Amino acid sequence: MKSSYIPMTRQQQEAMLSTVDVKSLDELFSAIPEELRLQKDLKLPEPLSEHELKKHMNTLAQKNSDTIGNTCFLGAGAYDHIIPSAVKHITSRQEFYTAYTPYQPEISQGVLQSIFEYQTMIAELTGMDAANASLYDGATALYEAALLASRYNGRKEILIARSVNPEYRKVLYSGLRYSGITVKEVDFYKEENSNNKSGTINLEQLQDHISKNTAAIAIQSPNFFGILEDIKAVSHTAKEVGALLIAVCDPISLGVFESPGALGADIAVGEAQPLGNPMNFGGPLLGYFAVKSPFIRRMPGRIVGETIDSQGRRGFVLTLQAREQHIRREKATSNICTNQALCALAAANYLSLMGKEGLKEVATQCINKSVYTYHSLLEASQVSQVFEAPFFREFVVRPKIKPNAINEALLTEKIIGGYDLTAEYPELEGCWLVAVTEKRSKKEIDDFVSKVNSICQGGIIND
Amino acid sequence: MIRDEKLIFEKSVEGRIGYSLPANDVPEVDLEVVYPGDMLRKTAPQLPEVSEVDVIRHYTNLSKRNYGVDSGFYPLGSCTMKYNPKINEDIASMEGLAQMHPLQNPQTAQGNLEILYNMDKYLSEILGMERVTLQPAAGAQGEMTGLMIIKAYHMHRLDSKRVKIIVPDSSHGTNPASAALAGFEVVHIPSDERGCVDINALEDILDDTVAGLMLTNPNTLGLFEEDILKISRMVHDCGGLLYYDGANMNAIMGIARPGDMGFDIAHVNLHKTFSTPHGGGGPGSGPIGVVKELVPFLPVPVIEKVDDYYTLDYDRPLSIGKVKSFYGNFGVILRAYSYIRTMGSQGLKAASQTAVLNANYIRKRLEDLYDIPHNRICMHEFVLSAQRQAKNGVTALDIAKNLLDKGIHPPTIYFPLIVQEAMMIEPTETESPETLDNFIEIMRDLAIKAQENPESLKNAPKETYVSRLDEVKAARTPVLRWKK
Repeated sequence: MKSSYIPMTRQQQEAMLSTVDVKSLDELFSAIPEELRLQKDLKLPEPLSEHELKKHMNTLAQKNSDTIGNTCFLGAGAYDHIIPSAVKHITSRQEFYTAYTPYQPEISQGVLQSIFEYQTMIAELTGMDAANASLYDGATALYEAALLASRYNGRKEILIARSVNPEYRKVLYSGLRYSGITVKEVDFYKEENSNNKSGTINLEQLQDHISKNTAAIAIQSPNFFGILEDIKAVSHTAKEVGALLIAVCDPISLGVFESPGALGADIAVGEAQPLGNPMNFGGPLLGYFAVKSPFIRRMPGRIVGETIDSQGRRGFVLTLQAREQHIRREKATSNICTNQALCALAAANYLSLMGKEGLKEVATQCINKSVYTYHSLLEASQVSQVFEAPFFREFVVRPKIKPNAINEALLTEKIIGGYDLTAEYPELEGCWLVAVTEKRSKKEIDDFVSKVNSICQGGIIND
Repeated sequence: MIRDEKLIFEKSVEGRIGYSLPANDVPEVDLEVVYPGDMLRKTAPQLPEVSEVDVIRHYTNLSKRNYGVDSGFYPLGSCTMKYNPKINEDIASMEGLAQMHPLQNPQTAQGNLEILYNMDKYLSEILGMERVTLQPAAGAQGEMTGLMIIKAYHMHRLDSKRVKIIVPDSSHGTNPASAALAGFEVVHIPSDERGCVDINALEDILDDTVAGLMLTNPNTLGLFEEDILKISRMVHDCGGLLYYDGANMNAIMGIARPGDMGFDIAHVNLHKTFSTPHGGGGPGSGPIGVVKELVPFLPVPVIEKVDDYYTLDYDRPLSIGKVKSFYGNFGVILRAYSYIRTMGSQGLKAASQTAVLNANYIRKRLEDLYDIPHNRICMHEFVLSAQRQAKNGVTALDIAKNLLDKGIHPPTIYFPLIVQEAMMIEPTETESPETLDNFIEIMRDLAIKAQENPESLKNAPKETYVSRLDEVKAARTPVLRWKK
């Protein structure tokens, strides 16, 4: 069969078969037992030409409602931020995207230096001493952080705030299921259990649960409800019993908020998709992982370090590889091999373009616009307040009608509404998590608010 | 050559910007008031202050110091560095597919769900499995997922004494690392004199404490495990399961299937076999297929089709849970989907046949000058040993570094661990005979130089942006970030 991706001609094939000293292609597979050799074709659709493939994919795309044709107010772990055009132009350079992991540093200085720059930026944002080259996503980064903590202090219990992204908690539970490490959840402050309605981790309950068996406390800030946690207070609690503090932080928010490192966290992890990577229907995402110096040699995954070449010139290599699976096998700190290098490159490009001022501007606009949306919604009295604490980019309200009913109605207006918290948080039944990034204009927000109001006024009451 | 060695931070000029954002058109919040106490940052992060031109030039120059498949031949064994078709890149960045939020109402994502559902079907057919989960982000995560399924399966049968996972001594490092993370004890078995699993050693280890065996087939020596049916019968007879490490699937597409060999779980690396680019280290995608009996244990959600409507099924009580956020690396899956749709069954088979022919052609033409420990018809890759050259002081590493000067990415070196001075060569099917011949001539020339003038090979590379780097220094005194 002829294929534009297989350059060998029939004549060349004949000549090569004769060099190899076999009579046919089939003979090359004689080591495979006869009974295992497929006697018929795989049942796959007939091959398409480029043009036909494009048409086919267009037909599929038309069955979607994307975030270009629809205005997105949905967050909950993946965010619709502005991506500068230059990012795609850099990540589309074949020298970057068609390369393998930089095992041969002399011809991989491009990707190695870009990762070194990425590691520096992540360490800067999080206030940590070092970062690794990337992990799959924020959820698996949290799992790796829990493993690191437990191995470091030999303790077998992780306390995690229930205000951490439910998707992250699920990945943590699955990953730790057979590890001998148990996970306990700590509730958040909400109206029914106290007059504290902050939506942050319940510090009294944390005190009750924490002990000398606690390997680490994991919190998210801003948490799943968009609310900032008191990282410093939780850090004090952790330090009292010698537990580590793992902080899951949004990298955009760190353009304005104090770094987890400065507030006492030992490990900072999170989802760096908002830094120049599209949402991609949930993947690829970009897990970042940063630590204070005592934990550097315990980090999972690839790490790039600076060194010199035989002529004394600066260069970069994969380093501290004695931690990794290809050297340590079953004693490795992690099994990760392939990571998210190209997404890390996009993040480095994004942070270079945004720079010090730009990142702050993005974060500030997220604040301005989400606060404006929140107050506009509350003013019209079709939604009520749930938590009383400062938030970032995302907030919770309780609309008069059920969130999924609002979302359905908004769709007909080409708006992708917020996240219905009911399924993951039965205690927040009927609550709605709305995300507003710098990408939303005042007009889009006003339109959203007015649509929500009119839907609520005409809809079925949300008890 | 432009010798610009500066980091992006070193190009920073205070006050310069590289962004274009819409003006803030809503009332401004007073940050100090809204976020009291310690909440706000006291010192701004040291991010570079550069213009868009600075950024584009910086990274364009960096890219020139990198080598991709489009740059030239990349016979990196076990990594299947085949050409990455450009149309697949175009498809992956189509707005209507990529600009989608993962938590959108499924009714607004029917196109994407249809792609995922059909990808499950295609990969199931290629692997000979019942169902496939696309959630794992890479091969190693596929392994971990598969091992968790093995654990869950045995636990469900209330068989808690199965604590061991067997891996060959020639296996990828991720195999034992994944097994340990899934809570298993790792047992290594040796290879026999033919480079395959030592059946007698396996017999000795198999008992009712064995949870399963992980195997790459063809194995990392590029050899097909001829006794695979016997091996799978032995493991099944003792109550264990078989895990297929699909890193070498490029040898057998449309020719043989892991499911038919008796494997219960199999992963594929979409970034190897199915032509998606490696991105300088990722993202990849490592879907796993399972036999019917293991379908209930797959991660959630599973995509189901009911009356032409695609849904996400989370209601699966025996599921191991989630291994990653959302549904997997969709952007990578899109490229692999495009590849399968453009190749069809005949195309995939031709790819494997050609990959195997190419590997054998190189093997045959180097066998007189290099040692080849298991010199018989190989699959898509083979392992030669530079031991003969090492006797003259020219190691596999030296040969690799000399290839850099010739514009070729070296093979995988020093793996598998069971071959001294190993060089693992995987040409793939997308290379022309002229490219192979060029590589062969260079390798032959190096072998002759190693004999006649070994010293001349010790200082390579000379043509690259940097010369050999001090890896010991990097590890002893780690500098992992730039500081002002």
